[in-house]
Amino acid sequence: MASHYEAPIRKPLVTGNKTYHQISVDVAKPIEGKANKQWWIVFSISLVLFMWGVGCMIYTISTGIGVWGLNKTVGWAWDITNFVWWIGIGHAGTLISAVLLLFRQKWRMGINRSAEAMTIFSVMQAGLFPLIHMGRPWLAYWVLPIPNQFGSLWVNFNSPLLWDVFAISTYLTVSLVFWWTGLLPDFAMIRDRAVKPFQKKIYSLVSFGWSGRAKDWQRFEEISLVLAGLATPLVLSVHTIVSFDFATSVIPGWHTTIFPPYFVAGAIFSGFAMVNTLLIVMRKVCNLEDYITLQHIELMNIVIMITGSIVGCAYITELFIAWYSGVEYEQYAFLNRATGPYWWAYWAMMTCNVFSPQLMWFKKLRTSIIFSFIISIVVNIGMWFERFVIIVTSLHRDYLPSSWTMFSPSFVDIGIFIGTIGFFFVLFLLYARTFPVIAQAEVKTILKSSGDNYKKMRDKNGK
Amino acid sequence: MANKFLHAIYDDDDKLLDAVKFLKKEGVYIEDVFTPFPVHGLDKALGLEPTRISIAGFIYGCIGFAFAIFMMNYIMIVDWPQNIGGKPSFSFIENMPAFVPIMFELTVFFSAHLMVITFYLRSRLWPFKEAENPIPETTDDKFLVQIPVSDNEKELKSKVKKTDIFKIDIVENKDE
Repeated sequence: MASHYEAPIRKPLVTGNKTYHQISVDVAKPIEGKANKQWWIVFSISLVLFMWGVGCMIYTISTGIGVWGLNKTVGWAWDITNFVWWIGIGHAGTLISAVLLLFRQKWRMGINRSAEAMTIFSVMQAGLFPLIHMGRPWLAYWVLPIPNQFGSLWVNFNSPLLWDVFAISTYLTVSLVFWWTGLLPDFAMIRDRAVKPFQKKIYSLVSFGWSGRAKDWQRFEEISLVLAGLATPLVLSVHTIVSFDFATSVIPGWHTTIFPPYFVAGAIFSGFAMVNTLLIVMRKVCNLEDYITLQHIELMNIVIMITGSIVGCAYITELFIAWYSGVEYEQYAFLNRATGPYWWAYWAMMTCNVFSPQLMWFKKLRTSIIFSFIISIVVNIGMWFERFVIIVTSLHRDYLPSSWTMFSPSFVDIGIFIGTIGFFFVLFLLYARTFPVIAQAEVKTILKSSGDNYKKMRDKNGK
Repeated sequence: MANKFLHAIYDDDDKLLDAVKFLKKEGVYIEDVFTPFPVHGLDKALGLEPTRISIAGFIYGCIGFAFAIFMMNYIMIVDWPQNIGGKPSFSFIENMPAFVPIMFELTVFFSAHLMVITFYLRSRLWPFKEAENPIPETTDDKFLVQIPVSDNEKELKSKVKKTDIFKIDIVENKDE
């Protein structure tokens, strides 16, 4: 037991006197059991929303982008807002699985699988928006640098939009293989427990014949570490490049060097909020309270508080620099944000993103599950408004006052956004029923150091 | 190839580790160990060579980096140089800052994917591959040491029994 020592001050991460076998049973339970009524209700609602979104997408593509609320001044609105919002949400998954792995944070084990699933599903939602905005999505392959019959007409590698194509496709595919490689031992566990032949067949297929040899585990651990090392700068680069979409332009309000770090902090902020939203519900529904403990929720709340403060700091820096720059256009852009016709969006953003996470300084509030859930929703609303404020308020006051206008979304804009939320939940609910939602092999490695039963045993023996 | 195996099954990772160290000291040849999760120190106890997969990953990353430079230089500088937004692309070094993001992304892309593919091939993991763990419990909570048996069955058994064992199985492989 001495080799599994952990300081007694660290709170247990696995509670309920678990054994290795009990962990397998608990993780396999939601998969082997039947879906309850609530699952079907939520799934049906999500599916309906998704279908409504699909309808709106078909309408957009068959009629044209004119069905959106865009006008000649505000040529970029909900589509890019939603794109950045979804990409941002995705960042927490990689942060939990990669950055926390490099820092050897054991609390990542209980939540990394679902956080990574969330990453992949939300990046898929994000990818839909540029695809639809192309108008002719069947020509999407034109963004790839492939030889063609148009007289060697290549893509423009100076464009941040093309950098986005590379960043997001790298991000999506690398996250996917990272996730799947981690899933192999857990799929194998489900496969070896399965009694129904069909289930056994499916899980044999997806577990790639994982057998758990000593050599395989050695490579597995090395691969996880190196992938984490690659994914960490990758995740930072992705939102940096997303911020370049704005920062490399010359629009007042967009043309700021603070964008990359500010966007990355905002992305982690919103992503952790979404992880909290999903896991607070999932731990209850799937009876995983012993693995996703209050300690996990508290730690995530602390991350939300810190990244929220960074974001708040960035907002204030932006205002200060606008004033300090002495550039009238820049000053007007920021004054207009806070006091112009979109003041309500600006102050909604400020309240949700800067004020609300500060409440997490109180231990009583950050250890309250219902409060954490409410804040996580508030933060995601705030982060949506942040992107809306940056994008729409910077555009709606054009250089010529005769072009000044407002933006109002059409039902299609709203429908597509709601559709992606539905699609996201459809994927996540299917995942929660068919995938091992806890990285059980990894949790087993920390059981002896962080399980409450082993901790108690060590306290008693005095070592 | 031996077609008779002794399967020493343990129910705890620390017991397994002690047993492997003991058996190695006794000079028992261990063919393989199957565990439900990575047991730290097991590769050293078994005397496994360190894996070189991260070196492969580094080389793949270098290939990706070189590919990115080659591709963007060919497309933007050699094949069709253009003056985009007053920033002409007639020299690689002057245009290079704009290429940095994609150089980085392709380095990561090549390194991550080729490394994972190498891992899958070296560890023989792919769809429709049959699992090879001798008993299904080794993905749950049992640890299995596989020892080939020739005519030393009794001697092996007595050595294995000295460890903190859960169960011993003798398995004959008929089809090999």
